[in-house]
Amino acid sequence: MKLYDYILSPSCYKVRLMASLTGVKLDIRPVDFHPGTEHRSPELLALNPAGSIPILEDGDLVLTESSAMLAYLAAKAAPEWLAGSRPEEAARVQQWLSFSGRLTASLGGARLHEMLLRPGDIGALQTQGVAALRELEAGLFEQSMRGMRFLAAERPTIADIACFPYVALAPDGGVSLDPYPTIRLWSRAVRSLDQFLEMPGIHRLHELKPEPHVEGSEA
Amino acid sequence: MTVKAMIDEWYPVGLLSQLDLKGRKTALMDEPIDVALDADGNARVTGGNGRTLPVRVRYGHVWASLGEPKKELFDIPEADQPGRRFVDVGVVRVRCSPLRAVENFLDIAHFPFVHTDILGAEPHTEVQNYKVEIREEEDEVWATQVKFYQPQAAKSASGGITTEYMYRVPAPTCSVLYKTCPPRPGEWDVITLFVQPLAEDLCDVWPWMALFDDESSMTDLIHFQQTIFLQDRSILENQIPRLLPLDPGMEIPTRADLTSVAYRRWLKRHNYTYGAQLVAQ
Ligand SMILES: N[C@H](CCC(=O)N[C@@H](CS)C(=O)NCC(=O)O)C(=O)O
Ligand SMILES: [Fe+2]
Repeated sequence: MKLYDYILSPSCYKVRLMASLTGVKLDIRPVDFHPGTEHRSPELLALNPAGSIPILEDGDLVLTESSAMLAYLAAKAAPEWLAGSRPEEAARVQQWLSFSGRLTASLGGARLHEMLLRPGDIGALQTQGVAALRELEAGLFEQSMRGMRFLAAERPTIADIACFPYVALAPDGGVSLDPYPTIRLWSRAVRSLDQFLEMPGIHRLHELKPEPHVEGSEA
Repeated sequence: MTVKAMIDEWYPVGLLSQLDLKGRKTALMDEPIDVALDADGNARVTGGNGRTLPVRVRYGHVWASLGEPKKELFDIPEADQPGRRFVDVGVVRVRCSPLRAVENFLDIAHFPFVHTDILGAEPHTEVQNYKVEIREEEDEVWATQVKFYQPQAAKSASGGITTEYMYRVPAPTCSVLYKTCPPRPGEWDVITLFVQPLAEDLCDVWPWMALFDDESSMTDLIHFQQTIFLQDRSILENQIPRLLPLDPGMEIPTRADLTSVAYRRWLKRHNYTYGAQLVAQ
């Protein structure tokens, strides 16, 4: 399975993260997105006329939407990451997968603007990002009232992986996560998953590092 | 907080490979500037009032000065050495003081914590003794004999090695580091941080490299360095105070901080204070 990948792309990271969590091995083909704009080269436009990455190739299957890639990886290697048989759960997974596109457009756009100098209306991007974060915060809080820690169920699904990267990287685009306690809890829950993978800007949980030695602690 | 002393210095303002006739609007120390290719194919930088600024093209980048440079742009002899790969890493904007960006680049103590499993790893957090000096003749800050254990020192490294570094500050917002070159013992890899000050608390950072590495693809080399720099970016954006404190009483130096102390001293001596705060807050 070949992933056209950019190390700083949150959308590509979704696929790398999902592959790591489900134990799938990817053949990574790095794309010079910045500064080279290779995603708009004739070779890549032939694969994906939309001119975006990630692109996932497996045999004659070519996917250009990260949500479809998450679904594919899960269906192949770890079906428990897909929705179960409950209609509500299936609907919630789809709801948040679609919603993740808004995170890409708003928080992702703000990040490209603030970090890689991409032109755009930064005020509007940040405002839309904040609106999306408020919606996510409310959704996660309602889930917690139902006794569920993740977006669609008690266990993580592909919906969580679709939403996590742009949210975690919101500060890169000048949008603070301080006002969203439930999002921060959820982010910790995602980061403590077995086989969690980092990317630049998304650190591992401090708790996963070796315990610091505290003077006089072994009383 | 004065522009004066720094106005005659050279600053990176763009990648040569990305120049076009249309031009790119950017800024230098709060002044809007335009960086373009002229009809003869030369780089041209125009200041806010339409005046043509002094320009140099070197190390893959376009350099300009708002004032009258007293010195030529600093030399990196390795830039002319055959066999090296020259890597334009591309711009990254950081909401921090340009001086803070350089200071962070000089600090190795953060490697195990920020660049975990690449440039450092716990428990190998100790910074061994090294030498720092201000070289009067060149008027540059130098740190030498800096040794550090690194799990993945370069794209070309195939395992953990103890890396030796030399750091050099030849201009207030530029630093050049030399480090052990895994495939070519006896040579140094050159990694630079060229910082364009947009405002006192905002900068565009243009990393550039001159490496010996015949194996890795250009894209891999770019991504390796972007990974490292993006790990620094979030740290830089959260530093408090935002401006670099130049009151020597403010921070207690540890051994790992020696280079930073020398850098601050050198900045102060030259009145290079754009991006600095002189009184403790
Ligand atoms: N098709 C969407 C696109 C993801 C996306 O926006 N990717 C960014 C990189 S993170 C991209 O390729 N942008 C193209 C551009 O900005 O020119 C997905 O797979 O989720
Ligand atoms: Fe760093």
